[in-house]
Amino acid sequence: MSLLIDGRIQRGECSFELREEIFPGEVVAVVGPNGSGKSTLLSVVSGLLRLADGSMSLDGRCLDSSVDDVYVQPEDRNIGMMFQSLHLVSQITAIDNVALALRARGSSRHDARLVAQQHLDAVGAAHLAQRKSSELSGGEAQRIALARAIATRPAVLLLDEPLSAIDAESKDPLRFVLGSVLNAYSGITLLVTHDLGDVESLASRSIRLGS
Amino acid sequence: MKHTAKSLSVVAVVAVAVIGVPIVGLFVRVPWTRMGELWSNDTASQALLITLQTSIIATTLCIVLGVPLAWAMSNMSPRVRTFTRAIVTVPVVLPPVVGGIALLSALGRKGVFGGLLSSVGISLPFTQTAVVLSQLFVAMPFLVLAVEGQFRTMDRGVIDAARVMGFGPLRTFTHVVLPMTKASIIAGAILAWARAVGEFGASITFAGSLKGKTQTLPMAVYELLERDWELAMGLSVVMILFAVAVIFGLRSQLLNSGTA
Repeated sequence: MSLLIDGRIQRGECSFELREEIFPGEVVAVVGPNGSGKSTLLSVVSGLLRLADGSMSLDGRCLDSSVDDVYVQPEDRNIGMMFQSLHLVSQITAIDNVALALRARGSSRHDARLVAQQHLDAVGAAHLAQRKSSELSGGEAQRIALARAIATRPAVLLLDEPLSAIDAESKDPLRFVLGSVLNAYSGITLLVTHDLGDVESLASRSIRLGS
Repeated sequence: MKHTAKSLSVVAVVAVAVIGVPIVGLFVRVPWTRMGELWSNDTASQALLITLQTSIIATTLCIVLGVPLAWAMSNMSPRVRTFTRAIVTVPVVLPPVVGGIALLSALGRKGVFGGLLSSVGISLPFTQTAVVLSQLFVAMPFLVLAVEGQFRTMDRGVIDAARVMGFGPLRTFTHVVLPMTKASIIAGAILAWARAVGEFGASITFAGSLKGKTQTLPMAVYELLERDWELAMGLSVVMILFAVAVIFGLRSQLLNSGTA
C-alpha cells in the first residue's frame, strides 16, 4: 500500500530523476527553488503529465509506465488535488464546487451536496456555502479548494502551495485548518511549499528537488 | 484640446443621426391606428409564424452544431484555428444573396449534393428546410465566434481540475465547461436568432418567397412594400421592436457573464 515513483520527470527545461515510496498517513513536503519541478511532480502524480521515463504505481496498480506503455487517465486515478491557482468554477456556489468533485465520482446531486456541506464544515467554511466562488476572498477560496480536494476521500492528496497567496493574518488559521484536515486523513499527501513553517508544522518528512 | 473634443462630439452626433434618423422617420410615419390589421393580415401573420418556426429550429441547430465546433476551435493549434475561423467567418462578410447561390449550387436539384438527394427523392430548394438552412448558414458564425472567444479566455486550469476530480473529457465539457460559459452561449444564441429572423438574401435565393410556405417577415415586408406601404412600415416597426428586445436580452446576458 504505497505510492511508488521511479522514473524521470520532465517539463520544458526542468528534468530530474526521482525514486520515492510514500506510504499512507505520510505527509511529504516537496521543497526546492522555483523551477525545480515541484508542481511538475504533482502533475505527473495526478496524471496531467506523463513520466518521461520509468514507472509509477499506487497500491501495486501501475499508473504510468514508459516500458509497458501504461497510462491511467487523471479521472481514473482516485486523486484529490488543490491547485496553486485553485481553479474553482467561478459561476457556481462554494457548495456546488465541492459537490462537483463528488458528482464526478458518481454521487447523486442530493448526496453530493450533503457530503459537500460536511466538508465545508470541516474547513470552517459552512457559512460560505451559498456564496459564488467569484465573490470569495483568497483565503475563503482556498478553504473551498481544500474541501473540494479532500471531499472524495482520495487515495492521494496533492496540495500545491495551499497557503500561498493569502495575507499573513489569514495564514495561521488556514494552516490550523489544513493541519486538522490532514490529521483526519489517512491517505498519502504530497505538499508543495516554499514555507519552512509549513514543513515543520504539517509534514512528516520532505523531498528536496533541484539540489 | 477643447476644440478637438468638440469636433469629435459633432462627429459622434452625426454618427448617431445616421443610425437614428431612419428609425425615427419610420416611427413618425408608421400608421399606428392600422397596427391591429397586421394580426388579421394573412401575409403578415403567416410570415410571422414561419419566421418563428424556422428561426427557432435554426437557432437550436446553431447551438447543437456551433458549440461543439467552437470548443474544437478553442483546442486547435493557432494555425489550424486561424484557418477554421476564416471559413466560419465567410458568411458574415459575404453578401447573403451570394450565400443563397452557394447553397443552391450545393443543395439545389442540380447541385453537387442536391443531385444525390434528388436521387433518393429529397428536394430542398423552395422548402421550409431551405429557409432553415439559409438561416443556419448566415447565423451560426455569430454564435461560434462569440462562444469560441469565451472558451479560450475562460480559466482553462478548471479543465485540468475537472479531470483530476474524475470527469472524463466529455463530462468535463458538459458538467464544467458548459456551466462556466452558459452566459456567452445564450448571448451567442440570441445574436444568431436575431440574424436568423432578419435573414433575407440567402433565403429568397435558396427558398424563395412563397406565401404561407417559405415567406418570412423580411420577405413579407418586401412584398407589402408594393401592395400596402403603410402595413410594410407597421411590420418593419415590429421587427425594430424585436431588435431592441434582443439588444436588452443580450445586455442582461453579458451583465450576467460579467463582460459588460
